[in-house]
Amino acid sequence: MIAPLLSVTGLRKQFEQHAVLCGVDLVVPRGSIVCLLGRSGAGKSVLLKCLAGLLKPDAGEIRFEGQTGKDFRKQCGYLFQANALFDSLTAFENVALPLEQTTRLRVSEIKEAVMSALQNLGLERFANYFPAQLSGGMQKRLALSRVLVTRPAMVLFDEPTAGLDPLASNAVFSMIKEYREQFDFTALVVTHDVTPALAAGDRLALLENGRIQFAGTPAEFVASDDSVVRSFVNRAANGHE
Amino acid sequence: MPLAPLEANEDAVITHLLRTVGRRSLAVVAGLGDFAEFVVRAFAAVGHARQLRKGISRAIHQQGVRCLLVIIVVSLFSGLVLGLQGYYVLARFGSAGLLGTFVSLTLTRELAPVLATLMIVGQAGSAIAAEIGIYRYSEQIDALTTMTIDPLGYLITPRLLAALLVFPILTTGFVLVGTFGGYLSGCCLLGLDSGVYWSNVHSAVRFVDVRECLLKALVFGIITIAICCHSGFTAHRRTGASGSRAVSISTTRAVVFSSIATLAADYVITSFLV
Repeated sequence: MIAPLLSVTGLRKQFEQHAVLCGVDLVVPRGSIVCLLGRSGAGKSVLLKCLAGLLKPDAGEIRFEGQTGKDFRKQCGYLFQANALFDSLTAFENVALPLEQTTRLRVSEIKEAVMSALQNLGLERFANYFPAQLSGGMQKRLALSRVLVTRPAMVLFDEPTAGLDPLASNAVFSMIKEYREQFDFTALVVTHDVTPALAAGDRLALLENGRIQFAGTPAEFVASDDSVVRSFVNRAANGHE
Repeated sequence: MPLAPLEANEDAVITHLLRTVGRRSLAVVAGLGDFAEFVVRAFAAVGHARQLRKGISRAIHQQGVRCLLVIIVVSLFSGLVLGLQGYYVLARFGSAGLLGTFVSLTLTRELAPVLATLMIVGQAGSAIAAEIGIYRYSEQIDALTTMTIDPLGYLITPRLLAALLVFPILTTGFVLVGTFGGYLSGCCLLGLDSGVYWSNVHSAVRFVDVRECLLKALVFGIITIAICCHSGFTAHRRTGASGSRAVSISTTRAVVFSSIATLAADYVITSFLV
């Protein structure tokens, strides 16, 4: 068994009277792609935001490489559903931002790192373009290059295929798989797209009723006779998710 | 003994009233505390914020350069009007020669800091509130957090530091152009001797007046830009509105609260310095 990079134990979060996470346990092995599935409103994004430090969990423990504490967030990247690119900055400036603000690299080193990141994702020609001048797919790649430029050990993807057609969804998952191999990061992908998740994920987890109802490989997920898993798969197949 | 229906109703109304007043008062106190913490944390971020110079120069452009034209126009017309009004009032008492004193002191002590602030708030403050509100709703502030960049240090600190520089400079410009406007209407239009006018200006304005003017500009600058930044930064907390509607409400509140705070602070500072 590969050592877990991230392990979550008993994570709880509630908003006023509404409990969203009721004791989530999750293990993300190093170097893997873990797809976190669940219906809309199940709390997948809330879990991801708790991991990224955007929300404070009410209870529970998050361990990164076996250690607790907030420092691990420096080694985590977060890809937002809507990319969250700075629209007043060019593609170059967007990618340079984390390096300028969190490292002591010289201007020439930052320029080199940014151009390399843009080149790796095929965006070097668009360095001086503003996000609004790029297509949706290019914006997604730009957001990913902003995440990858700091060489994170782990990348959290929040619904990277939301609003995309099946072909585009498959392309996004292929991109995640390809770049995972190229840049050697661990990925936790929140999605409700079952088919591409089965194809790209090393492990799947199903969040339902505030808890992880299933965790295992894609083959185990398909073969599972768990009623919650079957119900989710059927609903997804019928287009309800 | 059970209360009569009318008394019970009165009790319920009073209880409801007290509850509402209490809840609102607590909300105001909590809001002020939140605002104070926001400002303190933004200034404390000076210690660790990176590339401050770049951020400050952008903020100076937004608050200073973009507001320059409106400040010149408003100050010129304010001076022209002061010159006209002042001349006719003073002439009634045979003191038209004191126009220079009247215009320069009115501008230096009161009008320039207040009007310059209101103009900058209208031009730059509203833009700051809207811009930061949009950052909030397009998750750009969350993105900064996930990149372990302090959003206050990156977005707010440069704007507050720029205000420390921009407000006194623009207010000084307002005084100078306004005094020139008073000269135009008093001397060029109404025939007052220009030597008398400028001599009065020179002898009337003392160091304490300039100090009061600059102090007000500094205080108004910090208060108004902090209000505008805070309003945009907390746009997502607006109850009953979200998205563009919340940004719109935040922008309006930023301008209204900044204007009220400017006038209130003006009264407080004046009452201490007079």
